[in-house]
Amino acid sequence: MVDKSVRDKSVTGADQGSEEKVTIPAKGIKEPFFANSPKGGFRQHVLPGNKDFVVGDTIPRPKGGAGEGGKKGAEDGEGEDGFSFTLTKDEYLEILFEGLELPDLVKKNTVETETVGTRRAGLTTAGTPNNLNLVRTMRNSLGRRIALQRPSTAAFKALEEELKNLESIEDESEDHSARIVELREKLAILDRRRKLVGYIDPIDLRYDTTVPEKIRNSRAVVFCLMDVSGSMQEREKDLAKRFFMLLHLFLERAYEHTEIVFIRHTHQAQEVDEETFFYAKETGGTIVSTALTEMQKIIEDRYPTDEWNIYGAQASDGENFGNDSVKCKDLLFDALMPVCQYYAYVEIVGEGDDKLLNNSEEGADLWQNLREVDHAFPQFQMRRVAEPGHIYPIFRDLFAANKENAA
Amino acid sequence: MSNLLFDGPEWTFELLGKAHDAIEEIAIEELGLDVYPNQIEIISSEQMLDAYSAVGMPLMYQHWSYGKRFARDEALYRTGRQGLAYEIVINSNPCISYNMEENTMAMQTLVMAHAAFGHNHFFKNNYLFQQWTDAAGIHDYLAFAKNFVANCEERYGIDAVEEILDAAHALQSQGVFRYGRPPRPSKEELQAMQRQRDGYESQQSVLELWADNTLGKDRLEGSEEDGALSERRGKMNLPQENLLYFLEKHSPVLTSWQRELLRIVRYIAQYMYPQKQTKVMNEGCATFTHYYIINRLLEKDLISEGAYMEMMHSHTNVVLQPEYDDPRYGGLNPYALGFAMMQDIRRICEEPTDEDREWFPDIAGNPDWKGVMKDAWANYRDESFILQFLSPNLIRKFKLFMLSDDAKQANLVVSNIHNRQGYRNIRSALARSYDLAYLEPDIQVDDADLSGDRELKLTHAVRDGITLDPANRDEVLKHLRRLWGYDVSLTARNTETGARISHVSTAA
Repeated sequence: MVDKSVRDKSVTGADQGSEEKVTIPAKGIKEPFFANSPKGGFRQHVLPGNKDFVVGDTIPRPKGGAGEGGKKGAEDGEGEDGFSFTLTKDEYLEILFEGLELPDLVKKNTVETETVGTRRAGLTTAGTPNNLNLVRTMRNSLGRRIALQRPSTAAFKALEEELKNLESIEDESEDHSARIVELREKLAILDRRRKLVGYIDPIDLRYDTTVPEKIRNSRAVVFCLMDVSGSMQEREKDLAKRFFMLLHLFLERAYEHTEIVFIRHTHQAQEVDEETFFYAKETGGTIVSTALTEMQKIIEDRYPTDEWNIYGAQASDGENFGNDSVKCKDLLFDALMPVCQYYAYVEIVGEGDDKLLNNSEEGADLWQNLREVDHAFPQFQMRRVAEPGHIYPIFRDLFAANKENAA
Repeated sequence: MSNLLFDGPEWTFELLGKAHDAIEEIAIEELGLDVYPNQIEIISSEQMLDAYSAVGMPLMYQHWSYGKRFARDEALYRTGRQGLAYEIVINSNPCISYNMEENTMAMQTLVMAHAAFGHNHFFKNNYLFQQWTDAAGIHDYLAFAKNFVANCEERYGIDAVEEILDAAHALQSQGVFRYGRPPRPSKEELQAMQRQRDGYESQQSVLELWADNTLGKDRLEGSEEDGALSERRGKMNLPQENLLYFLEKHSPVLTSWQRELLRIVRYIAQYMYPQKQTKVMNEGCATFTHYYIINRLLEKDLISEGAYMEMMHSHTNVVLQPEYDDPRYGGLNPYALGFAMMQDIRRICEEPTDEDREWFPDIAGNPDWKGVMKDAWANYRDESFILQFLSPNLIRKFKLFMLSDDAKQANLVVSNIHNRQGYRNIRSALARSYDLAYLEPDIQVDDADLSGDRELKLTHAVRDGITLDPANRDEVLKHLRRLWGYDVSLTARNTETGARISHVSTAA
């Protein structure tokens, strides 16, 4: 299931869906019983609501059994009970990465940098107008006005209107003028009261407040390196994509901020976006070291090592030009491994290539050279995969909580 | 001053008590119902979902399948795709009914008339329930079952218990005696069973194996093969339709606690069996009762017309029968059919037509319709009830017609409609569609040679060419093998010709 959702998602977008639907395969929760098959044999049905049938009418047999609607097939073709539930993104990742931890081999002093940020800290009675909390202020104001019985504008206006009406009528009677006087007095009282109890009083005011806080900031960048020369077909790319995606998801959980850099290479390397990385066609030779050089350059340009945790992941079919593999080894030794938190090399071999899968001693030039790196640096790991089913176990293997098993 | 029982939608316990007494007066004095004492409880929707998952019982042992049911019902309810019942009623003494707390007072009144008197009377008086269920003991038994399963889980592990329960649940429908009770165990046997449960006595099956292997050999040697078979079959009471009973008594591999688990599943299946056979009658009886009671309440000015309209609204929803081409159609509605048939019986008694006199000479014009009705409630189940009481009038009203579906023909044929030629055929076909013995596959234990290869041989009697669903069948056979310990084979035979249709076995 996890495998399937990995198949359908993009690398950087992998964690954007907020919910993940998981369907438990029917096998685990099937409750079988001796049941009559819905098809075949002779049956009689009694149905209500005859309209115009007479004896002897024939009706074409409804599809999917004799009107008894068999179970619908699940989308994958395998019979499923349709028992599914929804996990939130966090629950999903929790299960996906259960028992995995970050390689904590080289704890740099600078794994976490500190910056100063701000944090909301409730309300205060003093502050700058731009921090005014309108809702709370108006709520206080309304409460105070109700409590102190401030005459509403509507009541005030109504009285004014009445007075105006009376004044406009020419009536010399005593009643009339007495009424006018009464109204004027009332109006004066209301007016005074309205001035006394203000619409908004300074004591109503509430301001949002923030306090400065030191934030331990951790950032990581993942370099995805892939050989896109002719020998890397759809299958190889798909496998690589799965691996990169898992890595990205995993690091996303561990660091507050994760960036991802795609570098593809043939006989020359370039940084590209995700779409191009996985889907664009490219032909040419294969020089692996160009990608490493590119990575080194990008690190120097954009990712100072005292602020960023650097992760490398490289996928290749193991082919390399001439004696370029030695150059790769040197680059890794001298430039990359000292700055990388972790570097994983995944070699994609042919399906059913058991000889290579099971024997890490054997391999082409590139594999042999990288093996030396593997021996020298604990944060370097290399594995071989042949089919989608291998990716997740290998990934778990690489990041297993107990390093001893993985090494 | 009005003498209304209640006014307004809110219910209180005092009002419920007042309404209950008024209903009771009508039910007992006028209708002459005979009921268990009532225990009415008000529950929340959450508790209702709980009750759903435990097949409507107040107590149930633990098994994952109940959780599965809960998850499904809860999801359906939460997303608004399925409403919850207004009540659940349990066949027990005292008769417990659970009413939903969100019902209005009018609904509570309706629900009380329906469940606490209608269903209650049916449970207490119908012969199936009287013969097969022990209403007074069910709670104690369930409590015992729950504790027993929990203790087994603790002692032998959850997985071990689950394995047995999974397998037993798969055979639930084959865990009932359809035609007769098993012989009641004698007092000595009961004591022996008790000792076995406590684990003091060595297993019976071991004894049997030992006896078969040592003593049995000599005896069998001289006799013919057929003689051995018939002796074996006599000893194990074969053929046996109750697979769970057979496994519990004769499986060579089960230990005493595992046998007890099978017995629990079997008892509960047997307890539920009458309910499965009386859906139409049970609901019909309850619906008829509540309909009579609410009308009497209105006549006696005990409820307002507004409350009456609310009850009728819900009543008509319940007895709605969509026609076959309606998208809402999902088979005949047992409420609709049962209610209509019972109203029809009353009509036949009170205002018989010539047709009724011809069809129902015994009851047409009978002045005591209540007596006729109570006799029907007591002595029939769905199948026999329909066969006896479905009238031509009702067949016309429902516009029933019959479709014949023969797999050999390309098309379905309308074989009978609601006319003079069709009445009897439609009636018997409809009755048969409620006959569990016909609906459920007929599978029996045929032979098991404990001193030989120990293969458990089952026979499926195939009627009308309707075979078992192969995927399900194979899964159940795997479960059976687990309980039996040795290979299990299933032979399907045509009932009429005896010809063998198929043979499957767990032996590779």
